[in-house]
Amino acid sequence: MSLQFSIWLIVGLTFALYIGIAIWSRASSTNEFYVAGKGVHPIANGMATAADWMSAASFISMAGIISFLGYDGSVYLMGWTGGYVLLALLLAPYLRKFGKFTVPAFIGDRYYSNTARTVAVFCALIVSFTYIAGQMRGVGVVFSRYLEVDINSGVFIGMGIVLFYAILGGMKGITYTQVAQYCVLIFAFMVPAIFISIEMTNNPIPQLGFGSVGSDGVYLLDKLNGLHQELGFSQYTSGSKSRLDIFFITAALMIGTAGLPHVIVRFFTVKKVSDARKSAGWALLFIAILYTTAPAIAVFARTNLIETVSEKNYNNMPSWFKKWEDTGLLEFNDKNNDQIIQYNGNENINELTIDRDIMVLANPEIAQLPNWVIALLAAGALAAALSTAAGLLLVISSSVSHDLIKRIVKPDISEKGELIAARFSAFFAVLLAGYFGINPPDFVAATVALAFGLAAASFFPAIVLGIFYKRMNKEGAISGMVIGILLMLFYMTKFKFGWFGGGDSSDWWFGISPEGFGTVAMIVNFIVSIAISNLTKEPPKEIIDLVENIRLPNDTDD
Amino acid sequence: MKFIKSKDYWRKNLKYLIILLSIWFTVSFGFGIILVDQLNTIQFFGFKLGFWFAQQGSIYVFVILIFVYIYLMNRLDKKFRSSK
Repeated sequence: MSLQFSIWLIVGLTFALYIGIAIWSRASSTNEFYVAGKGVHPIANGMATAADWMSAASFISMAGIISFLGYDGSVYLMGWTGGYVLLALLLAPYLRKFGKFTVPAFIGDRYYSNTARTVAVFCALIVSFTYIAGQMRGVGVVFSRYLEVDINSGVFIGMGIVLFYAILGGMKGITYTQVAQYCVLIFAFMVPAIFISIEMTNNPIPQLGFGSVGSDGVYLLDKLNGLHQELGFSQYTSGSKSRLDIFFITAALMIGTAGLPHVIVRFFTVKKVSDARKSAGWALLFIAILYTTAPAIAVFARTNLIETVSEKNYNNMPSWFKKWEDTGLLEFNDKNNDQIIQYNGNENINELTIDRDIMVLANPEIAQLPNWVIALLAAGALAAALSTAAGLLLVISSSVSHDLIKRIVKPDISEKGELIAARFSAFFAVLLAGYFGINPPDFVAATVALAFGLAAASFFPAIVLGIFYKRMNKEGAISGMVIGILLMLFYMTKFKFGWFGGGDSSDWWFGISPEGFGTVAMIVNFIVSIAISNLTKEPPKEIIDLVENIRLPNDTDD
Repeated sequence: MKFIKSKDYWRKNLKYLIILLSIWFTVSFGFGIILVDQLNTIQFFGFKLGFWFAQQGSIYVFVILIFVYIYLMNRLDKKFRSSK
């Protein structure tokens, strides 16, 4: 079977599966459209959350990023998993008990204010749009690399598929397709990882393999550190960023994760409070399978790559080297014309430029795995991108149809009308996301980090204080959110886009990068919220009762 | 089944949160970042220990922490649900 044919076959089969699930689980009420009828099993919800969470970037780029950053890459590993502990312990059970459809609904009700609700809607929209543009682009890139269609057609195909199952099925359809997508993506990620681990260390478990000895009897990580030293790179297990910055970036990613509306809303879909806790546990377990394998792949791929190319003759390179050279992901520039590849940490000597995505994409070929594994990888990358895009789409459509139209603009809208409005907003959101996927603004890459910073600086304090601090009132929450978000936007635009006088890393406040600044903005939000709320009138009695009620797990029939 | 509305439930919950979140902070920010250089002098199989905590250990502990919390809270919920 030719490679092209296997790829079309496997991608086609998985797409047919997603569409089949969407038809089977279409939504007929707003309750089903927004929160899947609140009847999702905690394990199924855990898988759906994991697929929702792991985007094209986690699937394709993360192992590669880590393999170039070494220890510094730990910020992503800890940052994008540690947030689930905060979710499970501080947010999910209480928000489930509260029992509404969206995050802005909680903020609006808890702070008895439509101003707070509107601020929350805008935060949710900004965060979700910056995210979804990247996902549509990811779909396009995967299509163009594996199926030999151009990126734009790839984006159109992706838009069509997402549109179909998100509009038809709402949260219910999305949840069950995400369960299928999780299975596809984790299988596709693990198969090559296991094969490569066996090949390099004789250990089938990649998590243990990268701490084992290679065929030459030396620990793999010691060997890689040695290679790095020889070639002038900083030591793999130590990294080069400042510890303070690592600390702040990790914290911003963790707290941002816990504040992302498309993740939080998944916990509204289960039956009861104890299920919300359970599904957070399952979600993290399913995510951890990929996140603990990625650093192993990073080490395997890095060692493999250096050993294959370093100081070797260009004409003797294996066939995958030439193939990825054609795609532009590998570039060899023979500066001293000796036909030998010098790969070095010193920019003046280095002759090889490697795109980080190649570490995952070329893995099956480097390990000489059969065609169906490569096809599986394509299907897995698409599953990762589509599932995240669909989850974000739903947050956008429910923020508009439920929080803006139903609660503020037209409260007397019928359930049927609201459902139509929800489907229309999903439709326009896909078109807009597709537009950004085809014409990506330069700042897409920069703004993914912005999304985490924004979520950390705006939602997280408002939600946590809303649950754990009864005295918290609307004046405090609104000023905290507004100041947190503006401070974050100011810092990011100043140092990322050069606004407000710009500046480089030597001008960073306390040496903290824009990626880590979300933590600072969040702390400021907490301080402002608590201070203002103590200077103003305490919240009304019924709000205190509401807070006391969400703290207890009893169902209404208890 | 009636849920007994008592301040003790919330107090117990807060106690669990403080203990579990301290462990959460220690394994990630503590072992994986602040103390990473000291721990890297210890060899743990083929890993330097600090590096292992940052890229593997902390994630395993996160998963365990959530399941411990699930267990503790289910037990607590049961205690406060009486048949009266």
